[in-house]
Amino acid sequence: MDEAMTGMNEEVGLSFGADDSEPLGQTPGSASGAETPAKFVSRGVDVFYGAKQALFSIDIDIMPNEVTALIGPSGCGKSTFLRCLNRMNDIIDGCRFSGSIVLDGEDIYARAIDVVHLRARVGMVFQKPNPFPKSVYENVAYGPRIHGLASSTADMDEVVRTSLERAGLWEEVKDRLHEPGTGLSGGQQQRLCIARAIAVEPEVILMDEPCSALDPIATARIEELIDELRTNYTIVIVTHNVQQAARVSQRTAFFHLGKLIEFGDTDQIFTNPRAERTRDYITGRFG
Amino acid sequence: MSNAASPAAAAPRLAAAPTPTSVRVKASLTRRYRAERRFRAYGIVAILVALGFLVLLFSSIIGNGYSAFWQASLRLDITLDATAIDPDGTRDPDTLATADYAGLIREALSKRFPGVSGRDARRKLFGLVSQGGTYDLARMVSADPGLIGRTISVWLPLSDDADMLIKGHIPRDVAEAERRVSDQEIVWLDELAAKGDVEKKFNVRFFTNGDSREPELAGIWGATVGSLLTMLVTIAISFPLGVASAVYLEEFARKNRWTDLIEVNINNLAAVPSIVFGLLGLAVFLNFFGLPRSAPLVGGLVLAIMTLPTIIIAGRAALTSVPPSIREAAYGLGASPVQAVFHHVLPLAMPGMLTGAIIGMARALGETAPLLMIGMVAFIVDIPHGFRDPATVLPVQVYLWADSPERAFVEKTSAAIMVLLAFLIVMNAAAVYLRKKFEVRW
Ligand SMILES: Nc1ncnc2c1ncn2[C@@H]1O[C@H](COP(=O)(O)OP(=O)(O)OP(=O)(O)O)[C@@H](O)[C@H]1O
Ligand SMILES: [Mg+2]
Repeated sequence: MDEAMTGMNEEVGLSFGADDSEPLGQTPGSASGAETPAKFVSRGVDVFYGAKQALFSIDIDIMPNEVTALIGPSGCGKSTFLRCLNRMNDIIDGCRFSGSIVLDGEDIYARAIDVVHLRARVGMVFQKPNPFPKSVYENVAYGPRIHGLASSTADMDEVVRTSLERAGLWEEVKDRLHEPGTGLSGGQQQRLCIARAIAVEPEVILMDEPCSALDPIATARIEELIDELRTNYTIVIVTHNVQQAARVSQRTAFFHLGKLIEFGDTDQIFTNPRAERTRDYITGRFG
Repeated sequence: MSNAASPAAAAPRLAAAPTPTSVRVKASLTRRYRAERRFRAYGIVAILVALGFLVLLFSSIIGNGYSAFWQASLRLDITLDATAIDPDGTRDPDTLATADYAGLIREALSKRFPGVSGRDARRKLFGLVSQGGTYDLARMVSADPGLIGRTISVWLPLSDDADMLIKGHIPRDVAEAERRVSDQEIVWLDELAAKGDVEKKFNVRFFTNGDSREPELAGIWGATVGSLLTMLVTIAISFPLGVASAVYLEEFARKNRWTDLIEVNINNLAAVPSIVFGLLGLAVFLNFFGLPRSAPLVGGLVLAIMTLPTIIIAGRAALTSVPPSIREAAYGLGASPVQAVFHHVLPLAMPGMLTGAIIGMARALGETAPLLMIGMVAFIVDIPHGFRDPATVLPVQVYLWADSPERAFVEKTSAAIMVLLAFLIVMNAAAVYLRKKFEVRW
């Protein structure tokens, strides 16, 4: 596996030429010191929907215990890339992937990889809140139950409680744990989905525009939550809100028309973007 | 702040004089409303016409059939003579069951009308009481041998022609040769009726007997049991198979030319005339596998094949109507495909699948043609006790009775249709109830 990694890095070094289409920014993996291995290493990721190419040769390193924000105009492939990270694109008919994505030294598109196991390690929160039409309790308990993470009812109660607490929802739902999760407000549903995702104790949480349906207060709460979660998890978030990316993330990737235009420290991207298109996008001149 | 300002900014524009656009919109509005009113009127007319036919259908069936639920009966004082029933005094059940009760009834009738003499007249008189009276007496005496030696007053069923006359289905004002009841019989019956010895009793036999050549003894219990057994086989085979096929095709199978081909074929199968399935059953189940003729087992198999496409199509529709976000949520948590389907998708699709299955069952319950091909049209008196016993089903019973010449079978036919309709209504109500019960609100 180590060989694979080094081989990968060499290839990266080579691929960063003066070519205009290559993304600007630091060499992947060098941000927080070369000693910290990246959680995800994506190299040359192309994704096709039928004949249409949605992603063009994406190289991104996602560092552990950091929030990585994916920004870019609508339809640029942010969700597509996010869904590559836990192979959710597998369930879409006609979606084709090439390239490699390595999670902790293992190629997640290798034959030997168990997708179910991968998705237990890489949780996901979707753009639209999608609680199961079951009780709040059942929503949170479902993941731990199928993975056998709780050995007793008391254990499960504890898992449900801590997950809801960490998602900042416990106080609001503790008296209605057995009412349907679909009866909660939109913002509560989204936090329920976050609680559901963290109940399985994944290593990475992918969030696809988690705040797009929320009011400023609920948004602020989820941003706080993301910041807290960073200590234990690696987080990748897609957002249309540039300010949000600036607030919550340590690194930002800017996509445009299926290509990665720029990737680097959030501070640098927002104060001193290297690409013209990045500057235009974050200052609101297009997109 | 900006929210509060925007309505205020919009207000002056609304208050402004009607612009040409708004005038045009207004003109088109009246047109649109007129179209809407017209459309509503068409809808109401269509519904009224449909309701009208429904009322016509029900009133004709009920009008023809309700009288079958009553049976004209005659009160007779019968002397249960010990020497005639049980000459040896053994009280042996076989002797009690097979004694000459018909003779006792004849004796009672002769005593009632002492003036009647001559072979023909006496035969006519004895013919007033149905054969069923004999069975009734045998049952009574077998149940309580203590009755022997006493004179009891019992209500015995009248024969079908007498029954029809009492119910007014046989006209009295036509020539004697043109009706099935002679003048003499009318005199006797009127005399009995005048004394209050003829009464219409609730017709229990109709609900407890099998088929019979005597209309007054014919019942639908045999056909009902046959229908139930057949439906059991049908649902036990078609529901699991249909659900499994629908789930596999919708959730697991790769979409390619083969699944397209299968889909087209399933849709075609749903449109195949039902009699073709009967021919298939005849060729495969009877001739090849050698299963018994007229058996609910074979009928159920044939109807299961017939309903399978309906259940698969309804099941697939129910599955596609489950929002994909639910599948994504389950997969995103690391559920395996089977877990995602069985924990989340299938429970949400269940109401739709059940509705489809019940509608398929309702169609199978009313099906006649394929069952004719596998011999379920036979005249069967015994109540079936198992899946391999010869049996008939309700719609076939209706067909058989409708085909019988006796006047008394007319009302039986309508009554059997009423029972069949009651079953169908119950099944449809069950479909509605199940849908409501399992429906999940989003
Ligand atoms: N299931 C699909 N089938 C076909 N094409 C798809 C599918 N999903 C996405 N695409 C296409 O791939 C491209 C990238 O889509 P993607 O959903 O990744 O965009 P996005 O950046 O998330 O946009 P948004 O911000 O609007 O969510 C788009 O052009 C889109 O039309
Ligand atoms: Mg998206």
